[in-house]
Amino acid sequence: MEFQSCVKIINEWDIVAARQLGRNVAKELGFGTVDQARITTAISELARNIYLYAGQGKVCIEKLYEGGKSGLLIIASDEGPGIPDVRKVMEDGFSTSGGLGAGLPGVKRLMDEFDLDTTIGKGTEIRAIKWLR
Amino acid sequence: MEARENLEEKYREALSNYLKDQSEQALYQGQKYSRKTIEHKISPEEIISFHKSTLMDTYDNLPPEVLHSLDFLLEVMMGYGIAYREHQNLKHLQQELKSEIEIAANVQHTLLGTDIPEVGGLEIGAVSVPAKHMNGDYYHFVQDENQCVGVAIADVIGKGIPAALCMSMIKYAMDSLPEHRHFPKSVLESLNRVVERNVDPSMFITMFYGLFDPSTSIFTYASAGHEPGFYYNAATKEFTDLTAKGLLLGVEKKTQYEQYEKHIGSGDMIVLMSDGVTECRTSEGFIERKTLIEYIEKNMHLSAQEMVNNIYKQLEKLQHFQLRDDFTLIILKRNV
Repeated sequence: MEFQSCVKIINEWDIVAARQLGRNVAKELGFGTVDQARITTAISELARNIYLYAGQGKVCIEKLYEGGKSGLLIIASDEGPGIPDVRKVMEDGFSTSGGLGAGLPGVKRLMDEFDLDTTIGKGTEIRAIKWLR
Repeated sequence: MEARENLEEKYREALSNYLKDQSEQALYQGQKYSRKTIEHKISPEEIISFHKSTLMDTYDNLPPEVLHSLDFLLEVMMGYGIAYREHQNLKHLQQELKSEIEIAANVQHTLLGTDIPEVGGLEIGAVSVPAKHMNGDYYHFVQDENQCVGVAIADVIGKGIPAALCMSMIKYAMDSLPEHRHFPKSVLESLNRVVERNVDPSMFITMFYGLFDPSTSIFTYASAGHEPGFYYNAATKEFTDLTAKGLLLGVEKKTQYEQYEKHIGSGDMIVLMSDGVTECRTSEGFIERKTLIEYIEKNMHLSAQEMVNNIYKQLEKLQHFQLRDDFTLIILKRNV
């Protein structure tokens, strides 16, 4: 664990702080503007989900170095109600009607790796990685 | 990703050409270019980044606001990029679904397939066409050892896949009750019990069952709320409604059906149909049963199968080749 920093998500302005953190780390790692925008959009979506559905939680950003390549890991975690039907929220077309914006399928597409753990009544943790090419 | 670099290079070229002379030719290049980028699944935010780097490489003294504004535009386009990728995936899913339904339609075709029996003295013609992929109408012929011919025609309220699934059940329920075949009323009563037990309460089936005995030339029939057919009397050249009272299948467990008889003389016809036939809609509204009779009369000189084929084609044309409901038409014609 080379580097990790977190932003607590309590109100909507914290989404901006999380984006800023993500963008700074992405820049440091050498991501181009398009990938920076993808990473920050993914962070926005994850932070927004926390703000809208869990009430509060946090977004952590970590630099990854693995086998000669570097990447950026986003960990979005909350202690909210959890997601009852993960398959459904990962379905295209569901998110837009549910008012989630790009939603989780959008985040999955913006990033290279995506992993979701959720327990009803306990909370949700989402980990997403973008590798530098 | 050499294709992608190539595309960036192409963008640079096309944009430079346009900046030089603002010609329609250069704009056309741009249009062609977008077709190519869509083909390569390049999302809008990438195009903006091509645009920005082209400008940066071409001009040394661009105001920084211009470049900043492109970063802002890129951020705004992110949502469109996501929507674009989602759209592509949904398109793919739709294709999959479509081919799955096509396979299901073929399976249904095999499952519900029925042969038109050969009976001395009776000509039979039948046509059944689904409005969408799968048919919610069903017809079936059975012939017993005494040469009696049973004809069933049924229509699920509703159409499409749910209706089609429901019909498969009717077919298998019918196959399992051969002993009742001589009594159309008992056939309907048994099926009613099956439907009442097994089908969603919101789903209803109308059905007509008839049995023709060539030894007596008597046609016995009963109906469960099905669209009434026609009886054509060749001697008087008159059509009358083949009305029969009866509740739809699946409404009430203990429904009793009335049974009717009709003597079929030489040249007489029985015409059976689903409501997709009478609900053919033209610009002037539904076609009248009277109009349908006119179509039957127009084709009466033909064989039973040619008649139903022709009537179908003519009614299809009348509604500009758009079926709103599943269409089934059966004609039984006594020719001796």
